[in-house]
Amino acid sequence: MKEQRQHHPPAWAQRFVAWYCKPELLEDLSGDLHEYFERNVASIGPRRAKLIYIIDAFKFFRSYTVRKPTFLNLLINYLMIGSYIKTSGRNLLRNKLFSSLNIVSLAISMSVGLLLIAFVLDLRSYDRFHKNGERIYRITSVETSNREQSSKFASASIKSGKLIREQVAGIEEVAMLRKDFSGDAQVDDKILPIKGFWAEPSLFSVFSFPMLEGNPETALRDPFSIVLTETAAKKLFGNPSALGKVIWFDTLDYQVTGIMKDVPFFSHLSFEALVSFSTAEQNNKGDQQFEAWTNTGSNYVYLLLPENANQASIQAQLDAIAKQENLAEANTKIQLELLPLHKIVVGENLRDLSPSGPVGPHMPPLALWILGGLAFVVLLSACFNYTNLSIARAMRRFREIGLRKAIGAQKSQVRVQFLAEAVMISLAALLLSFLLFLILRPQLLNIAPEMQHMVKLQLTPAMVAAFILFSVMVGVVAGFLPALFFSKISPIHALGNASSVKGFKHLSLRRALVLIQYTVTLIFITTTAIGYVQYKNILAFNLGFNTENILNINLQGNQPDALLKELSEMPEVTALSRSLIVTAVGNAWGGMMKYGNSRDSALVLTNHVDENYLPLHGYTLLAGGNFIARPTTSQAINEVIVNEQVLKRFNIAKGDPEKAVGEEITFSNFKLHGRKMTIVGVMQDFHYGKVDNLIGPTAFMPWTPEDRTIINAKIQSADLLATLAKIESTWKKIDRVHPFEAEFYDEAIEAAYSEFSSMIKIIGFLAFLAISIASMGLFGMVVFTTETRLKEIGIRKVMGASSGSLVFLLSRGFLMLLSISALIALPITYVFFESVVLRKFPYHTPVQIAELLVGLLAVLLIAFLMIGSQTLKAARSNPVEVLKSV
Amino acid sequence: MKGTNLGEFEELVLLSVAALMEEAYSVAICDELSNHTGRTVKLGVVHAVLNRLEEKGLLNSELGEATKARGGKRKRFYQLTVAGKAALINAKSIRDQLWDRIPPFTWIST
Repeated sequence: MKEQRQHHPPAWAQRFVAWYCKPELLEDLSGDLHEYFERNVASIGPRRAKLIYIIDAFKFFRSYTVRKPTFLNLLINYLMIGSYIKTSGRNLLRNKLFSSLNIVSLAISMSVGLLLIAFVLDLRSYDRFHKNGERIYRITSVETSNREQSSKFASASIKSGKLIREQVAGIEEVAMLRKDFSGDAQVDDKILPIKGFWAEPSLFSVFSFPMLEGNPETALRDPFSIVLTETAAKKLFGNPSALGKVIWFDTLDYQVTGIMKDVPFFSHLSFEALVSFSTAEQNNKGDQQFEAWTNTGSNYVYLLLPENANQASIQAQLDAIAKQENLAEANTKIQLELLPLHKIVVGENLRDLSPSGPVGPHMPPLALWILGGLAFVVLLSACFNYTNLSIARAMRRFREIGLRKAIGAQKSQVRVQFLAEAVMISLAALLLSFLLFLILRPQLLNIAPEMQHMVKLQLTPAMVAAFILFSVMVGVVAGFLPALFFSKISPIHALGNASSVKGFKHLSLRRALVLIQYTVTLIFITTTAIGYVQYKNILAFNLGFNTENILNINLQGNQPDALLKELSEMPEVTALSRSLIVTAVGNAWGGMMKYGNSRDSALVLTNHVDENYLPLHGYTLLAGGNFIARPTTSQAINEVIVNEQVLKRFNIAKGDPEKAVGEEITFSNFKLHGRKMTIVGVMQDFHYGKVDNLIGPTAFMPWTPEDRTIINAKIQSADLLATLAKIESTWKKIDRVHPFEAEFYDEAIEAAYSEFSSMIKIIGFLAFLAISIASMGLFGMVVFTTETRLKEIGIRKVMGASSGSLVFLLSRGFLMLLSISALIALPITYVFFESVVLRKFPYHTPVQIAELLVGLLAVLLIAFLMIGSQTLKAARSNPVEVLKSV
Repeated sequence: MKGTNLGEFEELVLLSVAALMEEAYSVAICDELSNHTGRTVKLGVVHAVLNRLEEKGLLNSELGEATKARGGKRKRFYQLTVAGKAALINAKSIRDQLWDRIPPFTWIST
């Protein structure tokens, strides 16, 4: 007997029945189920009995047993909803201060949520206009070199695309796309720079780019065919149809074979023109590298798979191709992978080695999660405010709830009432936060230059729906704890003597919530402070050379002589030099260097500079001198200036700069093969890369007219803008096609670290929100506490307490909480920066105590102001009046 | 007269409710039907039918005492209403009339 007692039907199944079943049928039904269960335990054992119970529980889920959804009940019972709204509304109006604190803090925090929702929805809408979007994949090349870690590239070699087309079964279409078609299009006497891709004809069957004129099947078939977008065609040809016309690029003429609709904003591929892929093939005829298996740069392979495609089998075939091709390669192994179209923009970080950078915008999911986490924390803080203030003021509503319960309200109904109230408030907050959203939107778009190319943040119906849903969710989260708390109130206590109910029973909960709020706020603020100081340090960092007032002018393919001559005649320009790239902003150029007969070669980063570059930028030469020869072709280069790291890396002359001068090294890159060069100078180490890179071996070589050119102009002028305008007008005389492209070195450095500045702006903004929300919460709590203790204060005053001691008495608790949260927040932030963030910056300055304390000081100051003003008001009140009123 | 036409299973359930007298609750009805018809009768089906018959006004129900065997849940006992009895009698008389119309010799020949 005892044995049998121990078996019970699964609790969740019982709850499930109780959940769906109509109350009037429930008892009978679950009783029957239980009787059968007991019977089955005896006859076929507990395990199967339980299983049968579960099956039966689901079988009873029928139209006549299922209760109508609660929501519907609420609608039917709209009198109750009306009553909830009425009492909630009255309550809101009665406590104007608290309601506005709640609504404002919810609205502020929700505005962040709205921005994030808009941002994520925009990112998710990328490439959704392709009809076959779900079936389109891009090939990712995973490249593993000898010693290095494998890295993933967004691009894939032409050979891989061709092999896939020939050998892989179960693929509907393959389309290859090659990046960086750019040139100056000439029509009659009009010249316009045009950028686009080389593309195969199959592109139009893989993607949904509608063609306005021309035949999509043949437009990209023949060499020297070009398809223009509507806008590009208008720009070049005006209103008459461009179809069939001829465009000149340099010396070649291209025929316009199609006009297509402009590429939508939310497309990861964006271009003005498509040129037939066969053109690229013809241009590179004879270049063996062009179709090499390892030449993965600049070329993209897109696949259209049939419906219900067998991905595993395709992947296996890709692996087979890779295996076959890798046999012939000694150093590099390449694997091919499929990447779904919709995971290109929001997805894994892929490398893209090409001068023009990656195709389309990209956002790693991790960044979105971090942003989401931060927004969530701010939101939670506002929800805590709501919870705190509602529970703190619970006593005022005890009678109402007691009465409701006494006349038959169930726990669940009280819960619904308070949830409904919270949702009402959050919907009211939504209106306000939507206004904030409209104000903040342009700020967010301007936070970084890339932002405007990435998202629009324009309202769509889906966005509005998401906003409303979001606001309801926030209401439910905010109202959850109050609802739970109020539904538990026993009517006897509530109606009997309200003061006997322990309103402060939840004091520890409220304290914990305030503590969390302030800890989070302090972390945000100190992070902002430290981040800002570190960012300023990076910008002011001594790179090892001078960047002040140097204007870098990109010549965009022009020969420098004409402009140099014009510039040298300007009085404001004090010095001029030429270089291949601008360093210290993330650009890199380089090749492999060898010393002596050893087979050991290593990557050395290089820049090609003329003889004026070193003095203009103030590089420190430790030994030797400047370039002597003036080579006119790269084949004639035989001099090199290296930094100390090169000496160290190759152990040249045991690291002695003086002795290293005159030594010979061998250098190879894509142009030079084993070129012998003499070290003519040794420079002090300087920062070639960004500050987060360690200084490595670096070398300067003479600039030759073959190189693309940046002119570095040192400018001394009281009015830099006027000088800039003057230089621009000079530029226009030399190049009428390309817009002037110049940037001051310091600005370029600032732009190179723009992600930090936008990060700091975002976190700073969140910190500002967090502190406003926490302050509002604290303010509400202080007002409430002093209000409830007015009589006590009156008595204390009568007994002789001073205002000062009363202020101390009232604020002690809050100050205690603040100190604890400071003790938690500051060490966390410090450790986080020193061991996680700043690890990536080998040359950073250590975090200073002052930066840690400045945030704390700000928070304390605001808290003092609020606590002080309220408690002082209470302490100053006239005890006679307070004690007289009952 | 809505509800006086009985389905075959409905009739069986009504009959077992009448036969079980004071003990007519869902599980007992289910057992009774299984024993007498020889087919396996599912509880869910009986439940649905009882519910429908009550809706038609052929059955009345009230909750009884709680028992341990049912996990502390009360049983719902069913009784025929006047309409229920009338429906059963009506069904029986229709059958009887039809039976009477069958000439006795037809049975011998088959």
